[in-house]
Amino acid sequence: MSLLGRIAPQLIALAALVALVSFFFPGFLSISYHDGRLVGPVIDVLKRGAPVALLAIGMTLVIATRGIDLSVGTVMAICGAVAASAIAGGLGVGPALLLALGAGALAGLWNGVLVAVVGIQPFVATLILMTMGRGIAQLITEGRILTFTDAGFAFFGSGMMLGLPVPAWMWLIAGLGTALLMRLSALGLLIEAIGINRRASALSGVNATVLLIAVYVASGLCAALAGIVVTADIRGADANNAGLWLELDAILAVVIGGNSLLGGRFSVTASLLGAMIIQTIDTGVLLAGFPPEYNLVIKAGLVLIILVLQSPRIAAEWRVWRETQRAPPPDRTRTEGGA
Amino acid sequence: MVLSIRSLTKSFPGTRALDAVDFDLAAGEVHALLGENGAGKSTLIKCLTGAYRRDGGEMVLDGQHIDPRSTVEAQDLGIGTVYQEVNLLPNLTVAQNLIFGREPRRFGLIDAATTRRAAREMLARYGLKIDVDRDLGSYSVAIQQIIAIARAVALSGKVLILDEPTASLDAREVEMVFDVVRGLRADGLGIVFVSHFLDQVFDLSDRVTVLRNGRKIVTAATADLSRVALIEHMLGRELEDEVETQSAEEPDADRPAFLRFEGYGRSGVVAPFDLGIAQGEVVGLAGLLGSGRTETAEMIFGVRPAQTGSARDMDGPLKLSSPAAAIAEGFGFAPEDRKTDGIVADLSIRENIILALQARRGWARPIGRAEQNRLAEDYIRRLDIRTTSREKPVGELSGGNQQKVVLARWLAMNPRFLILDEPTRGIDVGAHAEILRLIHELTEAGMAVMVISSEIDELVAVADRVIVLRDRSHVAELTGPRVTGDEIMRAIASEATDRRGQVPA
Amino acid sequence: MTRRALPLYATIAIFLLAFFLCWLQFPFILSTRVIGNLLTDNAYLGIVAVGMTLVILSGGIDLSVGSVIAFSGVFIAVMLRDTGLHPLAVFALLLAITTGFGAAMGVLIHRLAMPPFIVTLAGMFLARGAAYMLSIQSVPIQHPFYDVLQDAYWLMLGKGRLTLIGVLMLLSVALGMVIAHRTRFGISVYALGGGEQTARLMGVRQGRTIMLVYAYSGLMAGLSGIVFSVYTGSGYSLATVGTELTAIAAVVIGGTLLTGGAGYMFGTLVGVLTMGLIQTYIVFDGSLSSWWTKIVIGVLLLVFILLQKALLRLTRGSFSGEAG
Repeated sequence: MSLLGRIAPQLIALAALVALVSFFFPGFLSISYHDGRLVGPVIDVLKRGAPVALLAIGMTLVIATRGIDLSVGTVMAICGAVAASAIAGGLGVGPALLLALGAGALAGLWNGVLVAVVGIQPFVATLILMTMGRGIAQLITEGRILTFTDAGFAFFGSGMMLGLPVPAWMWLIAGLGTALLMRLSALGLLIEAIGINRRASALSGVNATVLLIAVYVASGLCAALAGIVVTADIRGADANNAGLWLELDAILAVVIGGNSLLGGRFSVTASLLGAMIIQTIDTGVLLAGFPPEYNLVIKAGLVLIILVLQSPRIAAEWRVWRETQRAPPPDRTRTEGGA
Repeated sequence: MVLSIRSLTKSFPGTRALDAVDFDLAAGEVHALLGENGAGKSTLIKCLTGAYRRDGGEMVLDGQHIDPRSTVEAQDLGIGTVYQEVNLLPNLTVAQNLIFGREPRRFGLIDAATTRRAAREMLARYGLKIDVDRDLGSYSVAIQQIIAIARAVALSGKVLILDEPTASLDAREVEMVFDVVRGLRADGLGIVFVSHFLDQVFDLSDRVTVLRNGRKIVTAATADLSRVALIEHMLGRELEDEVETQSAEEPDADRPAFLRFEGYGRSGVVAPFDLGIAQGEVVGLAGLLGSGRTETAEMIFGVRPAQTGSARDMDGPLKLSSPAAAIAEGFGFAPEDRKTDGIVADLSIRENIILALQARRGWARPIGRAEQNRLAEDYIRRLDIRTTSREKPVGELSGGNQQKVVLARWLAMNPRFLILDEPTRGIDVGAHAEILRLIHELTEAGMAVMVISSEIDELVAVADRVIVLRDRSHVAELTGPRVTGDEIMRAIASEATDRRGQVPA
Repeated sequence: MTRRALPLYATIAIFLLAFFLCWLQFPFILSTRVIGNLLTDNAYLGIVAVGMTLVILSGGIDLSVGSVIAFSGVFIAVMLRDTGLHPLAVFALLLAITTGFGAAMGVLIHRLAMPPFIVTLAGMFLARGAAYMLSIQSVPIQHPFYDVLQDAYWLMLGKGRLTLIGVLMLLSVALGMVIAHRTRFGISVYALGGGEQTARLMGVRQGRTIMLVYAYSGLMAGLSGIVFSVYTGSGYSLATVGTELTAIAAVVIGGTLLTGGAGYMFGTLVGVLTMGLIQTYIVFDGSLSSWWTKIVIGVLLLVFILLQKALLRLTRGSFSGEAG
């Protein structure tokens, strides 16, 4: 399937959503140019959507392997704390970034080993880090909101480059880079193969263990980038609230992107559009004058609709129903495998 | 007759699993149901227990026409089943498992004391005195099977189906379970016994029915059947004449072995064996289900690596510790269960074909799209894979075409040694012949092939040499003119027949 | 003796050991005052963990409970503020809502055949969003009946206070033990957790059982919300964030297998008390920081998951039920 065909539903949904928001808030699409920077609600969406978009990149890969990573929100907090304490300790921007990314990779490695080597279910394995992660982050910040004034580091949260906010560049580049890496190398195919049938893939010589660990590490790195963006934006590491509930938004972005929670075929681009759809809802609800309290309810409704669309049982019943319309005597064979 | 089945028919897309099968069961009888994988045994049983709805035919139980729609309904009608995998819950206690769904209650709460007493009484009938408050999972499989039998009999009471109940038991345990079954037979229960252990069939059953390819081949009193005759019924001999002419054309030269396995084995899986394989040779593995055929293949391919012995080629020792390692040595393996071990259903034909090749090249060196298309089109044409497009998901193809895709995956690797486990299982006659022809082509080009098959004619048709397995060890090796249906059959039956002295000379 | 009980014994041993170590350092900890506080402070967690235990035993997970507790608090506070209903009537209404909410999630999980964690994730959004929509601010509860509830306690020997909500928690655990171990429904739950396929073959009505399991979890979350509102005297939509994780951790540390089918309701009580003890120790110590709680809980969680994984591997040989 061509890329455009694959992402058409997400594009249409996004366009419809933009139209809807524009109806309530006519200036939504207006962009102006001030002092070398683009300004407007759309630019705001691109910037504010950055953390979820970054998380969604890694989450897409994890979900493609039939896994899930519940720890990304807390990993964001950990990496933000690492970066902030490095800056506050006078280490400079470069080392701070490297340390944060290293922390994210380490967290991903931990999850990956638990899943691929120890053999714990992904959701249980990542739950462990989800539970203790904020404690680790608080341990690093010593319970305070660790603030800093380093303008160099703040650049990653609120800086501008070629007219666009740096966070927007970050997810665009990371997303594009990942999508290209997946499709130009064989990684995409191999990840999909182990997500659909790990055993058959292993029998064909695919190194499923290493690949699984790699996608969790990728997810950890994406969480680190998201943590850097959030920390740099508020010029401080808030161990309690950084990344709170963002794992849920990231999963939501991936499923809005049409990726199945049961693994297999995936599209990073579609997940990124999913992230933008979520952010457009968030911003749109605000701009259209609705109380932001509605956000969560809308998201819950969205998840439900997508779950119904993805449900294997609903799909099977729909098929049976259609067949009964055609051929009267129904044959309710069970799904217990062939003869 | 407590149960009679007439013209039972059941089809699945692409295959007819049961074709007008008749089956009778008398009260106080153990009736064995035999056949290789895919013969239709499990389909018959699933129709009987309500897991499948039949397409045609009738089933009469105690004079009543029945049409169970679920296992629970079949149970209520009087048909209880015990499966190979104990279908009880290991995490509940023995008593909970036995009484499940019928717990005695006082004031709405389960009365544990009465439950316990009832469970003990149920087991006492089978001479089993165990602590019913322990987890089921903490007992041996034999005891679990007896508990499963006790539950099935208590719930149903007319017909008991034993579906490979002894597959994971040792000899002493089997005797224990059989004593229980004999007791039930004496009580007048009708018992259907499915097993691939012929000794056990002769030991326990009164009558035998053999199925092959969805059809009933024979029903006879066990005492009237010889072992060889029974195996002949199970494995089929129709193709023999055509086949022997083919293998006679093959010159019987002593080719040097280019792969050599010495003392190769894994405890509890396959007894150590020696085997040499020459270039361009087809080695067949024969034996009944569970004899160690597939296990041998999996061991050679590193799925469950060998613990003893060595493997070497002309250049030195081979490392076969994992599938990836075996592939690196130029091995390929098309497994028996295509759906779970072979195809990656949601990926396209093209992607399935290049998967192994891509895995060997590593992720960083992708096969170009043009090259992928060329490979896919090439194999779709060469193997005559029937599809509308190379981009079609493999899961949507028929069984035979799926098998060809798996073959194509390995051919694309150009392996020096290819293992095919039941390459023609569940595929139609036309595709069957094509795959055999393909094997010939491959060996002419110098590839060595190992073929595992439960169809003896197929082995006779393709193999230069046949290794016969029995009880997880290699018991005979037939070469040249000895590769005939009779010889193979005799070798499969021999060991046991020596013991029982039943084989006609 | 059953191997399944091993994690429970481990739980009890860890609790007793931890208590002993605390006692060495702070002899005062062995007093009815501290124990009374332990029960009171963890009452809401204990109640919600009882519901979570049943869900996990069935092989599922309920991520919505933290949000449901917050929703309950806000709902009660707003209803008491804006209507003339008696708190007991509000409680009844609330419990009906949360039970129905749980049941609806159960129906969806079964009907859609989707992983429970994603369905209850949607439930988590929904309940939290509903709480926001009621009020974003913290709403104080001022009602004479609440004063009665908050001041209800029995004085134990040694001046410890056994509060009403502490008693409610113990009663919930007792009720949970009866349901899990002494009813056909409870055994069906264990059966589902042991293997869906087998359970169906044995006659478990899967859809009904799953619905009831999540309904029960919703009921317990609502009750926990009531207790939490009594404990804090207010309703706040941002309260109890992450309580679902704490509850899951308590259940697992209590010896229940996170993949379902094995565990004891009583273990959950011990798990909750263990977590409460860690917190109490950190408060007593004064120099330790609160984040150590989370880290220690996470480590315990890991230890128990690994322990159970190892046990499962050991028993894999002796039963061939539903592997992987």
